[in-house]
Amino acid sequence: MSLQKSEAIMIAAAVAIGLVGLMSPNWLVFTTTLAVSKALVVLGVVMLMRSGLVSFGQGLFFCIGGYAVGMGGRFLNIQDALLLIFIGFVAAIALAMVLGLLLTRYREIFFAMLTMAFSMILFGILVKSHGLGSTDGFTVVQWSVLGWQPESSGMGAFWLALVLGLLVALFLNRFFQSSIGLACEAIRENEVRVEYMGVSRRQVLYINYVLAAGIGAIGGSLTALAAGHVDPEMAYWTISGEFVFIALLGGTGHVAAAFIAAMIFALVRTYAVELFPNSWQMILGIVLLLIILFLPKGIWSLFTRQKKAAS
Amino acid sequence: MTEILKTEGLSRYFGAVTAAENINVTITEGEIVGVIGANGAGKTTFINMVTGYLPPSEGTISFNGRPIKGLGPRKLMREGLARSFQIPQLFLELSVLDNLAMALAAAENQHLQMLRPVRTPERMAAGSEILEQMGISRYRNEMVTAMPQGARKLLDIAIAMLGNPRMLLLDEPTSGVSLEEKYGLMDIVMEAVTKRGLTVLFVEHDMDIVERYVTRVLAFASGVVIADGPVDHVLDDPKVQELVTGKRLHKHTAEGGARHES
Repeated sequence: MSLQKSEAIMIAAAVAIGLVGLMSPNWLVFTTTLAVSKALVVLGVVMLMRSGLVSFGQGLFFCIGGYAVGMGGRFLNIQDALLLIFIGFVAAIALAMVLGLLLTRYREIFFAMLTMAFSMILFGILVKSHGLGSTDGFTVVQWSVLGWQPESSGMGAFWLALVLGLLVALFLNRFFQSSIGLACEAIRENEVRVEYMGVSRRQVLYINYVLAAGIGAIGGSLTALAAGHVDPEMAYWTISGEFVFIALLGGTGHVAAAFIAAMIFALVRTYAVELFPNSWQMILGIVLLLIILFLPKGIWSLFTRQKKAAS
Repeated sequence: MTEILKTEGLSRYFGAVTAAENINVTITEGEIVGVIGANGAGKTTFINMVTGYLPPSEGTISFNGRPIKGLGPRKLMREGLARSFQIPQLFLELSVLDNLAMALAAAENQHLQMLRPVRTPERMAAGSEILEQMGISRYRNEMVTAMPQGARKLLDIAIAMLGNPRMLLLDEPTSGVSLEEKYGLMDIVMEAVTKRGLTVLFVEHDMDIVERYVTRVLAFASGVVIADGPVDHVLDDPKVQELVTGKRLHKHTAEGGARHES
């Protein structure tokens, strides 16, 4: 498998971001870490959107990933970040394998509402779990990576997010161009024809849903490692809505779109909160409105437009 | 010739409405069979039952000697039974080549492949070849939405053929196609199916097309098969003329073409 041009660009971009991160203030490093982490969950939403499904419950797996890191450190005394992330990944996959059996039967608003319902069930359970800090959540224990304890957990999480973000982006770039990636788009376009091609649409959607969940959990784990804290809000529906918001902002045209959109979202929110502390949500709303009006296929369509114009 | 499709007592009821009743049909390998009938006669219901789109209320269906009643479209496709649709069922927002690449990946049972690109050189070559054969290669890199109706019909049929079926069911392949394009379209389709040695069953309203391209006709009226046999025999049947075609005034011309007036 040779390296594609877009993959080489993504690797170069990751290296450049890493180098800029070394010289950047802590707040920007932290913001970038959270943006990359959230972009992974957004990529899960994008995977589903490419198959014609919109999930308003991806916070479920974001929260599972986060709590796996927190609980793994607290109850199992695991300190290795990679192992904690892996536990979150496996837990999300296991849950998605059960939920996927039901959810892949539904489409449109029914799928969206059911995903939100499952996410809110987890939120309710966590709020009632006093051993897990109830609404306050709890602090994530000190972590290391393969025995290496980063001097600053912020920089450690930044590098971890950058490397894992890049690996997931490279994988999904191949996934979107693969047979199953195209099958997802085909299902969005015409389920009848897909079945008459001898393809099980439920099987395709199931695999896609389970993978999206696993990737979302990685994002949740990275967020927990960076923030050093987890709470039930991670599963709240507004967080899931935020992921959909970022997915719409970026568009489904390329994996890189999710990262760009997550960074823009983080910066717009940071500055909106700073400048308009009482009406920052309105600023975000206006940004989304403008994107929908002028770039209905998301920010990524700016790049595809330029490409088309050049050709 | 070996029997490929057989239906016995096939019926479909929608509440008190009988859409198809007691259909007993046997089709042998290599036959080109036309299905005719007025609107609501049960033609598409019959096709839909055979291709797993609609479960029959009663009766049995066997394909290749194996019972297929109750099997869904996906399993029937794997058995070698493919279909095209009256309204072409395509992936409109994908390119023509992506439509074909998907069909080829599915035919190779490679549709769950995660890391290899779906557009392999082999698939692109096979896709280009069938587009060439169907006379629509100029749309190769276009989106399906950019294709005219006739080209979409051909692409729909091409996709059905890429699954390497043994039998192809075509639901009104010339509907929505202009009078000038109809024969050209059917010539292309028939050449392609003959080359592949496929058995074909197609629903058609245009009697000129039926007379020109089929060897046997099934005539439907009120959900029942009222005539089954060679083209001339069926089209001259007074019952068929009364319920389906109207009176025939002209027969085959010397050139092999046909005219029909009612």
